[in-house]
Parts: sequence; structure tokens; C-alpha cells
Amino acid sequence: MTADAKSLPRLGYRGGLLTGDIAGRVLIALLLAAAVAVPAANLLAPEGSLLHLSSYTVTLLGKYLCYALLALSVDLIWGYCGILSLGHGAFFALGGYAMGMYLMRQIGTRGVYGDPVLPDFMVFLNWDRLPWYWYGFDQFPVALVAIVLVPAVVAFVFGWLAFRSRVTGVYLSIMSQALTYALMLAFFRNEMGFGGNNGLTDFKDILGFDIQADTTRAALFAASALALAGGYAICRFIVSSKLGRVVTAVRDAEARVRTVGYRVDHYKVWLFTVSAMLAGVAGALYVPQVGIINPGEFSPLNSIEIVVWVAVGGRGTLIGAVVGALAVNYGKTVFTGVWPEGWLFALGALFVVVTVFLPRGIVGLLRRRRGEEAA
Amino acid sequence: MSPMLRTALVIGLSLALSAAAVAADFATLLQGLDTRNFREKMTVTEQIAGSGHPRAAAVLTALSAGDLYVDDASGRVVIRHDDGPVTDAATGEPVASHGGLDRVIANILMRRRIEGALSRLRLNAPAPQMRLKAVRGLFGDLDENTVALLRERRDAEDDPRVAAALAVGLALYDLREGSRGERMAAIDELGGNLAPEARNALRQAAADGALPGPVREAAASALARTQTWVSFYDRVEQIFFGLSLGSVLLLAAVGLAITFGVMGVINMAHGELIMLGAYTTFVLQQLMPGHIGLALVLSVPAAFLVAGAFGVVIERGVIRHLYGRPLETLLATFGISLILQQLVRTVFSPLNRSVSAPEWLSGSVVLNPVLSLTVNRLVIIAFALAVFTLLVLVLNRTSLGLKVRAVSQNRAMARAVGVRSDWVDAATFGLGAGVAGIAGVALSQLTNVGPNMGQSYIIDSFLVVVFGGAGNLLGTLVGAMTLGVLNKFLEPATGAVLAKILVLVFIILFIQKRPKGLFPQRGRAAEA
Repeated sequence: MTADAKSLPRLGYRGGLLTGDIAGRVLIALLLAAAVAVPAANLLAPEGSLLHLSSYTVTLLGKYLCYALLALSVDLIWGYCGILSLGHGAFFALGGYAMGMYLMRQIGTRGVYGDPVLPDFMVFLNWDRLPWYWYGFDQFPVALVAIVLVPAVVAFVFGWLAFRSRVTGVYLSIMSQALTYALMLAFFRNEMGFGGNNGLTDFKDILGFDIQADTTRAALFAASALALAGGYAICRFIVSSKLGRVVTAVRDAEARVRTVGYRVDHYKVWLFTVSAMLAGVAGALYVPQVGIINPGEFSPLNSIEIVVWVAVGGRGTLIGAVVGALAVNYGKTVFTGVWPEGWLFALGALFVVVTVFLPRGIVGLLRRRRGEEAA
Repeated sequence: MSPMLRTALVIGLSLALSAAAVAADFATLLQGLDTRNFREKMTVTEQIAGSGHPRAAAVLTALSAGDLYVDDASGRVVIRHDDGPVTDAATGEPVASHGGLDRVIANILMRRRIEGALSRLRLNAPAPQMRLKAVRGLFGDLDENTVALLRERRDAEDDPRVAAALAVGLALYDLREGSRGERMAAIDELGGNLAPEARNALRQAAADGALPGPVREAAASALARTQTWVSFYDRVEQIFFGLSLGSVLLLAAVGLAITFGVMGVINMAHGELIMLGAYTTFVLQQLMPGHIGLALVLSVPAAFLVAGAFGVVIERGVIRHLYGRPLETLLATFGISLILQQLVRTVFSPLNRSVSAPEWLSGSVVLNPVLSLTVNRLVIIAFALAVFTLLVLVLNRTSLGLKVRAVSQNRAMARAVGVRSDWVDAATFGLGAGVAGIAGVALSQLTNVGPNMGQSYIIDSFLVVVFGGAGNLLGTLVGAMTLGVLNKFLEPATGAVLAKILVLVFIILFIQKRPKGLFPQRGRAAEA
């Protein structure tokens, strides 16, 4: 055992966190730079100059970064533990709804009906008081806790049920898809108290700052960049820790790991829950930037799109998830602008091409090429 | 010859003679209506009612509705509804040319007589079905006159269903107007009867403070007896709805059970293959306007071929490269489903298309006043079971089925004995896809045909297969029917959406106890 451990590559947590992870260091450096440079280019550079970035672009980039964090959370469980979740959009949306509830409460009397406590849609539905689960959401710290805790609890319960009884492989994928589908149906109901079909929107301000203002948008971008950098560091820490080695072993030979004496279900539930928290944070940063959250975020298509970002970038490499999410979403923006009907053709073809010809994704392709050159 | 007999003879003879004369010249009789004198008209009306002529009912109906006219040119009496075609009142044949038309006006007294006469005519109609309808029609206005008609008919009635309806009608009247003893007898008669009138009458009697206590109690307990039956038939109806939903699920899932259960391939494009089948029906109906039913029948083999061909192409083009990597197969087929959806959107339109239902699929089978089964649901149930049986036979009784099972159990060994496994893979996948196409034909009769229809079935279908146990067609049958019935039993209490969510939660919990489904695969193949 000790001999084996010595022959393994030096584990990150023993030296610096990012030792040996060149791509990771580059990514974090880029993100930190972008967190400063992009807001500067938007706020300081005069309009018309080459360096200027429009507010639209800043928000778009911020959205991409949230998607990248979401992709990271899927890669953590799929790439490193072999759990293909087709319902991770649910955790993203739950985090988004938690943030949306805080933003709704901030509207106060500025809503169409001017009710100081009840959001517009509740007045519209003739509700006379706030449902209990909306209490406290006027306080930002409460919302922050909910953003992390709600997805975590849902993931824990689902994971505990699923992994304890050894639901694996495609069965788990289908069940996770059913989970997000069920949540979508539930959130579409007006009686749920989350705005039904329309969801939560018409936000006014966040922490007292106007949500439409350029400065707020720049700050949200910077927050997304920092969150992604932080998320990357957390994932790197997990996968290079001893726990991460066990998780990877579970992916490759679950039965053996169990036979050796590890409680496989504990590792899986833990990792699944952490991943759901990351997704929740991504959703919470996403909502103020796009200005709306509705049950469509729970749709199974959204969740499976996340998986294809990871597959395109290269699963099992954290950097791949980030690269894939950015690349596919950039492609989507370009494509839907040029030829809107063509996007589903392109996305569908991407699924097929990547799975059949590029099982290791873009990053895998690059690494192999570099490896061949070195050899 | 005794005087009585002689009198009878004379009356009989004169009746026969007058009937013959009236029948011989019904048209002349009708012309008697062309008068302004209501008393004369009344006499003629009663003669018409008593004539026994087959056109009598039609003429009286028209007279009462103000559709009866006298043709100025020929003097004939004709019928015309609104601005519709003109027909001869005496013969019912169309009138080619006519002059000005004068309406034959009936006053209120005549109308009332006509109603009575019509009821009597209908009550004595030769077809039992017509008589039944007439009796039920009288439930709403029972008075001395109509009840007298019912009593008269009761003595002559020989059809048991009409006799039962007559008894209900008389009981309804007795309950309202009769003596205490008659009321108790009527309550006894009405208890357990499902006709809405009977239930209403009992409900009123039970709540009527003017009635003596025991009568009210008897009515209440009779009503409770009826209610037991009503809730029983409600259950039966729920089960029927559940089975019909289950049949839809079975049709959608059985193709998946082959590709997923037998081959171990996750086909996320399964819903889109269903959609292709539905669109095949739409196209065939467009190509054969006027033959909706024939087009529907032809679409069954056509949809099988179209969807099956797509299936073979998908298998040869993509899935073949991904055997042994189920999660990748899942993603690739999901990509194919997106492409197929967009293809349909581009070729047809993003909007839903409507597929028409032929006449023989509409209507319903009325078993009793509270339970009627719609024909299209009955046909779907039968169709689903037929497809299922056929599939089981193909897999268990044909050489293709033998090879499919051989390859699914031990690919290497099957190849060693000369089974062309790649050919079998393509055929199996094509079979599963073709069955999905057939499901699409059936679904086109129940829901909208649109680019998104596949997505709404894919999750349900997977849940059926997972619940029933992969690799077992019997499990799919039981799973589909169970989920269908469960759904329909939850729906009244919780609403459709919540019922669906509860079923999902139920399956998630069920998988805890039986991770391999209701009917798990046993033996060596299970561990693979």
C-alpha cells in the first residue's frame, strides 16, 4: 500500500493546492485578472474605445462563468465518481429560487400592487399572508444559507435514498432526471408559492444597489469570477485529497472498493451533496444577472445540456468542464444569432460527435496530442 | 248472436274500415289541416294521431314545431325546417317545385294534445330502443295523463329493459303523489337504481319535511344503497381510465423494454421515434383525404417501417460504436432526439398538427347511467394488448426472437455458433423502434401531434421499464398498468400534476426496496 502510494504522482494537498496543476493555475490567474479587468473595461474605458466592453457583454460573460461553475459541479461527480446526474439543473434552479426569493422581498412597495410584504404574484392570487417558507428571505444572510442548504438537503435526501440501495449507472441517471422533472411540475403549480409559470422576476435591487446599474452588473461579474475560481480550488482540493482517490477508485471499480471496506455510499452521498451546493451557488449568481428564474430551469433538457458541456470539454479534468461550458455556450450565442433553428441540430450533432469520436473531450484531445509529441 | 258480441263486431269493423280509409288517403287527411278553424284542426290532428300511419309522428312533430306548411300551388301539405329543403308531409319525399308556403299554425291547446299523442306514439313504437327513449323522456314531466300512458304500456310491454324503465317512471310518480304504502313500495323500487331522476327523487324525499319520518328514513337508506353502487361504478370507471392510461404507457414503453431491457441500450430518442409514428399518420391522412379510417389502419404498418428504418440507421450509425458504454449511449441518443425534433420542426412546423379520428373510434358504450366507456379508449386497450402479445410471440416463438435472446444472454457464445450478432443488433433495435412508431399511431388519436410529444412520454416510459424490471416484457405490462391505475386513483384526490409527482416519488422509494424492479432478471445475465 505504502509502496503504491509513493509511486502515485505527488498529491496536491501535501504541497501547494495547485502544485502540478498548470492549467488550474492559469485558469485561476485568468479569472482573478478578469474579475478586475472586465469591470474596468466596462466602467472606466470610454464608450467607443477598443477596450470598452458593453454592459450586455459583461452580463453575458458573467452568465457563462455561472454555467462554468455548474459544469464544474457536474464534472466533480460524473468525471471523478462516475455518477451521471441528469438532474443537476434542479440544484442550480433551487439555488436560483433562493436568491430570487430574496430579490423578490427587496422589491417591497415598488411592486405593481405596492404591497409591502407580499410579492406581486401572491397579491394576484389573493393570498393574505406570506407562506412560512418565505419568512426570513428579506435578510441576505438567511438567503445565503438557503442558497447552499436547500440544494444540499435535497441532494442529501435523494443521494442517501439512491446510493444506499446501490442505484447506479443508467438507473440513477433516469431517477435524477425524474427528480428534476417532478420539481419542474411542482414549481409550475401556483399553489407552490413560487410564482408558478412566470417564476420570480421584476427584481429591483440587491443589497441596496440597483440591479440594472452598470456598477452592480460589474460587481456581479466579479463575484461570478471569484466564485468560479473558488469552486475550482475546492474541487481541486477534493479530487487531490485522499478522499478524492477513494472516489476515483469508486468510479473505476466500485465493487472492489466496497470489498476493501470503504462505505461507498457515504463517499457518494457526500460528494453528491457538495456538488449540489456548488450548483446552488452558480444558480444564485445567475439569477440576478439574467433577472428572472422560472420553472423552465428545471426542465430535463437543461440538465442534460450541462452534461454535454462537460463531455465536450473533457470529463474527469476539472479544467475541461470550464472550457466546455464556455465553448458550448459561446457557440450557442453565436449560433442562435445567425441561424436560430440550427442550434438544436448543432447541439444534437455535438452530443453524437463527442460521445462517438471524442470520449475524452477537447482537453483529452489536446493532452493526447501533447503526449504524442512528447513521446 | 248476443248483443254484446254484435256491438263489438260493429265497433271492430268500423275501426278497421276507418283505419283503412285513413291509411289509404293520409294525404287527403293532412289537407284537412288547411283551415283557419282550430276546432277542425284539432279533430284532424287527433285523426292523424290515431291513424297509425308511419309518417304520423313526423307530421305531428313538424306541426308542433311550426315546420308544417301548405303549398299554394298544389295544395299539398309539406314540411320545411328553417330554410332547409321542402319535403312532402305525407310521403317524406323531397318536393322539386313549390309555390308560396303558408304555415299551419297550432295553438297552445293543440300543442299540448300533440305532445301527448306523440308520447303515446313513441311509447308504442315497434323498436324497444325507441320505447326506452320515450319512457325516459317522460321522467321529466310525469302527471296523471303521462302516467296513464305508462300504465297502459306496462301491461303490454314484453322487453325487460323497457319494463324496468316503466316501473321506475311509475315509482317516481308514486313517490311524489301516491299514498304512504305506494310511496314505500316506490322507494323500494327506486333504491339501487342509477338513473339520475331516481337518485334525485330519493334525495328530495329524504329531505322533504312534509313526509312522515319512516318514509324519509326509507328514502335515505335507499339512497345510500344507490350511492354504494354509484361509487362502485366510479371505481370501475377509474380502473378503466387507469387501464387506458396504462395501455398508452405500455405502448410507449414496450419498445423501450426491448432496446433497454433486452439489448441494454438506453435510447433517449425513443420518444422521438413515437413522434415519427404519429407524423406518419398525419402524412398518410393528408395523402388520403376522405379516407381517414383507412389511412389510420395503413399507418400502423407504415409507421412501423418508418420508425424501424430510422432505428436501424441510428443503430448502425451511432449506437454500434458505443456498446458497453451505456452512459455514452444515453448522451448520443439524446443528441439524436434533439436532431429529430428540430427536423420535424423544420419540415412540418413548430405547431401541433391535428390527426382526425375516424367515425368508428368516436362514441361510447353506455353500460348504465353512470358508467359509459369511450370507444377510442377501449380500442387503445385492445390494440396495446395485441401489440404486446405479438411482440412476446416474436421474441419467444420466432427464430429472430431466439437469436435476440441468445445475443442478449451471451454474445460471444452466440457468435461462436454462427449468429450474426451485428445483424441481430440492428434487427432488434429496428423492432423496438418500429413498435415505438406503432405507439405513435395510437397516441395520435389521444393527444396533439407536435415536435415535443416525444419528450412527454420518454420519462414515463423509462419509469415503467425501471419499475417493471429491465429485460422482462411481463414486468413492463404489469408496471405500465399499475402506474396507470395508480395515477388515475390519485388524480381525483390530488389533481393531475401532484398525482404525477407522487407516482414519481413512489417509484423512487420503490427502487429502494427493489433496485432491479418488480420482476428482476435472474441468472448470469443479471450480473453482467
